[in-house]
Amino acid sequence: MEIQLTLNGKAVKDQVGADTLLLDFVRKHGCYSVKRGCETSNCGLCTVLLDGKPVLSCSTLAARADGCSVTTLEGVQEKAEAIGRFLAGEGAEQCGFCSPGLIMNVIAMEQELSEPSEEEIREYLAGNLCRCTGYMGQMRAIGNYLNRKGEEQNG
Amino acid sequence: MDRTVRYVGSPVPKKDSMALVTGKPVYTDDIAPADCLVVKVLRSPYAHALIDEIHTETAGKVPGIVSILTWKDVPKKRFTMAGQTYPEPSPYDRLILDRRVRFVGDAVAIVAGETEEAVDKALKLIKVNYQVLTPVLDFRTAKDNEILVHPEDTWQSLCPVGADNRRNLVASGVDSHGDVDAVLAGCDYVIEETYHTKANQQAMMETFRTFTTMDPYGRLVVTASTQVPFHVRRIIAHALDIPKAKVRVIKPRIGGGFGAKQTVVAEVYPAIVTWLTGRPAKIIYSRYESQIASSPRHEMELKVRLGADKNGIIKAIDLYTLSNSGAFGEHGPTTVGLSGHKSIPLYAKAEAFRFAYDVVYTNRMSAGAYRGYGATQGLFAVESAVNELADRLHMDPVKLRELNMVREGDVMPAYYGETAGSCALDRCMARAKEMMDWDKKFPARDMGNGKVRAVGVAMSMQGSAISGVDVGSVTLKLNDDGFYSLMIGAADMGTGCDTTLAQIAADCLCCDLDNIIVHGVDTDVSPYDSGSYASSTAYLTGGAVVKTCDTMIKKIMEKGAEYLGASMEEVDFDGKRVYCLDGSREISLRDIGNQAMCNNGLALEATESNTSPVSPPPFMVGMAEVEVDMETGKTELLDYVAVVDCGTPLNPNIARVQTEGGLSQGIGMAMYEDVTYSAQGRVLEDSFMQYKIPTRQDVGTIRVEFESSYEKTGPFGAKSIGEVVINTPSPAIASAVAHATGVYVRELPITPEKIYKGMVEHS
Repeated sequence: MEIQLTLNGKAVKDQVGADTLLLDFVRKHGCYSVKRGCETSNCGLCTVLLDGKPVLSCSTLAARADGCSVTTLEGVQEKAEAIGRFLAGEGAEQCGFCSPGLIMNVIAMEQELSEPSEEEIREYLAGNLCRCTGYMGQMRAIGNYLNRKGEEQNG
Repeated sequence: MDRTVRYVGSPVPKKDSMALVTGKPVYTDDIAPADCLVVKVLRSPYAHALIDEIHTETAGKVPGIVSILTWKDVPKKRFTMAGQTYPEPSPYDRLILDRRVRFVGDAVAIVAGETEEAVDKALKLIKVNYQVLTPVLDFRTAKDNEILVHPEDTWQSLCPVGADNRRNLVASGVDSHGDVDAVLAGCDYVIEETYHTKANQQAMMETFRTFTTMDPYGRLVVTASTQVPFHVRRIIAHALDIPKAKVRVIKPRIGGGFGAKQTVVAEVYPAIVTWLTGRPAKIIYSRYESQIASSPRHEMELKVRLGADKNGIIKAIDLYTLSNSGAFGEHGPTTVGLSGHKSIPLYAKAEAFRFAYDVVYTNRMSAGAYRGYGATQGLFAVESAVNELADRLHMDPVKLRELNMVREGDVMPAYYGETAGSCALDRCMARAKEMMDWDKKFPARDMGNGKVRAVGVAMSMQGSAISGVDVGSVTLKLNDDGFYSLMIGAADMGTGCDTTLAQIAADCLCCDLDNIIVHGVDTDVSPYDSGSYASSTAYLTGGAVVKTCDTMIKKIMEKGAEYLGASMEEVDFDGKRVYCLDGSREISLRDIGNQAMCNNGLALEATESNTSPVSPPPFMVGMAEVEVDMETGKTELLDYVAVVDCGTPLNPNIARVQTEGGLSQGIGMAMYEDVTYSAQGRVLEDSFMQYKIPTRQDVGTIRVEFESSYEKTGPFGAKSIGEVVINTPSPAIASAVAHATGVYVRELPITPEKIYKGMVEHS
C-alpha cells in the first residue's frame, strides 16, 4: 500500500507492506538515530514523535503514520545538541545507543509537563531504559537542562 | 620535560559525545552496506539432540535465498568463541554448526538471503529430523553424569585447567594457604552456608551484530560490535579454518558490552556466508536471540565456611564454587577463579584459606563474561557470610570489617601473593559510613506503618588487567602542523577510553586535548591490544600511552635538535617547541611536523606495548538502605552509597557514571534479574517483558564518591574502575533485608516472594 507522510518536515510518499513497522520505515528513509533495543515495546530506544506525541516506532505500523507528521532526532538537531550537551557534560551518554530515544522523550516531556518534579521526570521517562549509566547522570543532566531553560526564560 | 596534569582528573566530555547524542549513524547496523545479505540462524527446539536429517531444498527455492548452511558445510576444526589471549584457557569445543545440538537455541542452520522476509520464510521451510536425547539440566548433577555434553574425540583443552570432557568438566582445581581445616576447628564461630547466584544477561542496549565484506585484496573484513577485535580476528580464522592474514576486524561505535561482547557470539555466521559467497552479509541479533543464545553470567553455587574467634578476628575462609558453564566452555575456567581470588583477599590477614572449584557442562545456554567475571558471584557469598558472622557475633558489620579488612601494604595470599600497594579501603568504609549516617540507621528502624527500614554493607575488589598475560598498546604519530594521531588497540565500547587515553597523552605531551585525534580499533592499523576486558584499559593501555609518549618526545627532541643544529643534550621540549637550553634557538612543534614531511629519514611515530606483572585491585564499599513491607515482603531500595578507590580517577565524570551504572546492574542482579528454565530446558526470560532490568524508578538514589589511593604502577596513579563497581549490591541488599526481617536470602535475586516465605518460616 502507498502512504504519504511528513518526515522531519519533508513530504514522503512510499510503498509499505501491511506489516511494515514505522521503525523500519524511518530507518529506510535515512533516520538512523532510531534504534531497536527490543521487540517488545520495553526499551524506548525507538521513540519518535507522531503528530507531536511520543510513540514506540517498533510497535507502530508504518500504515498508521499515513497522513501524519513523524519527527525523529534528525529533525530536531538543534534541540538534540542542546539537550545532548548536558548529557555529555555529565558523561551520561556513555555508549549513546539509548540517547536518541531518551532525548525524543525529553522533548515530548517538555511539551507535556511544565516544571516537572524529579518524581514526575522519573515516571515520564520510565520507559526509556539505559544499561550503562544507572540513570543518575541522565537525571542530573535533564535537571540541569530544564533549570537552565528556566533561568533563560526568567533572565 | 615535565608532565603537566591538566586533563587527567578533569571531567572533559567524551570526544565522540556530540555524534552520539545527536543520533549520527555510527553503529554497526547504521554503517552496513545496503546490499548486505540478511543472515539468520535456525535454532534448536531441544536441549540435547542429534540431527539425523536436515532438508534445505525447499527452503533454498524461496526467491532471494542465496545460501543455506548446515553442519555438513562448515569446517570440522573445533574452536572457542571466548575472546581470550591465545592459547585460550577455554576449551576448543565448538564448530560453527554441529550435528549435536546442546541447548534450546543452539545453532542448527545458517540462512542468508536478499530480504528479511525471504530469510524468515526459508527458516520455516527447513525440515530437521532430530534424535532427541536426555539433557543434563541441573548443574549439581553434571559432574561425572553418564550423559556427556561433549562426548566427541575432537574436543580439546589447550591449557592445564583440570578440564575433562568425559566427566562434563570445563575446569577443576584447588588453591590453598595454611591448614584451613585445623584453623576452622579452633574457631569460636564458624559460619557455614551455601549461596546461589543466577545467570544474568548483560542486556546491553545494542544487541550482538556484525557485517562482513570482501576487500579488493580478497580478504574478509569483519565490522563487529565487539570488545576484542584482535581476538575476533584469530577466532574467525580458527572457525573458518583460513589464515589470520585473510581477516581484518574493524570496531565501530559500540552500544554497550559489559563482557557479552568478549565472546564471538554472532560474528562467525555472516563471516562464513561472505567467505563462501563473496557477498556482503550482516547479522543483527534480536533481543530474543540475545536472551536465549548469548553469553550470560555463570550461574554459581558457593559453599562458604568462615571462621572467627570470639573477638571477631577472621581466621579462615574455605570456599567451594560450582560453576555452570552451560553447553560450551567459554570463560568457564577463568571466571570461576575470580570467585575465590577476588573475594578471599579482602580478608588477607586470615591465617588460612582454601578455594576449590568445579566448572561443569550442562545443556543450557553457554555462559560467558559479564562485568565482575566471577568476582561478583564470589563476593555475594563471602560478603554475605561475613555479614551473617557479624549478626551471629552481635557486632556491627562495619566494625567487623574494620577489624579484618585488607589494608595498604598487606600481602594477599589468596591474590597470588600480591601486596596491596595502593589501598584506601579503610577510608572508603569511613566515608561510606558518614554518607549513609550508618550509626543512626544500623541495623533497622520500624517506621510504624508496617514498614521497616534497614541498612547493609559490603566490600568489593577486582583487578586491573590480567597480570602477566594482557597486552595494551597504542601508536602515536606526529603530523604536519604538529597534531598527533593516537591509534588505539583497546576497544571503546561506550566506556570512553578513546577520550581518557587521549587525556593521558595530552598531559604527557603537554598539549591541548584537541591536538590529539584518536582512531579506534582496526586490526590492520592499530597496534596489538588484548582488548577491553578484565578491567585492563585505563591501567594497562593507559600505561602504554605513557610509554609511547616518552618515546615520541625523544624522537621529537632528536628531530628538533637536528633542525637546530644542536645535540640532544642541549635541547628540551615543552610541548609546543624544542628549544636550546641556553635560550639561543627554538623550533615549534608545528614547524617540526611540517619540515619532517620533506627530506626526512626519521619517522615521527612511536608504538609501545605494556604488560604488568601485577594486577592492582581497585576497592570499594557499598551500603544499601531498604524499606521492607513486613506484610508482603515487598522491598524498595531507598538509597545506595558507594565509595570507590580506583587510584586516580582519570575522568571523574566517566568514573562516576561507570560506578552508577555498575551499581545499577548490580541492583538488577540483586533484586530483579533472573534466568530460569522450563523443565525441557527453554529459557523463560526470553524478552525484556520477562527479564526486568531496572528502570529509573527502580534504583532509588545512588550516591558515589571517590577515596583515591595512588597506584605507583598505573598511569598517573590510576587503577581500574569498570568491574569493581558491580559487586556490592547483592550482599549489601541481602544483609539490609536480613536486618529488617531476620531472613537471609541466599539465592539471588532477592524477591518479595523469597522474603515473604522466609518471614513465614521465621515466625
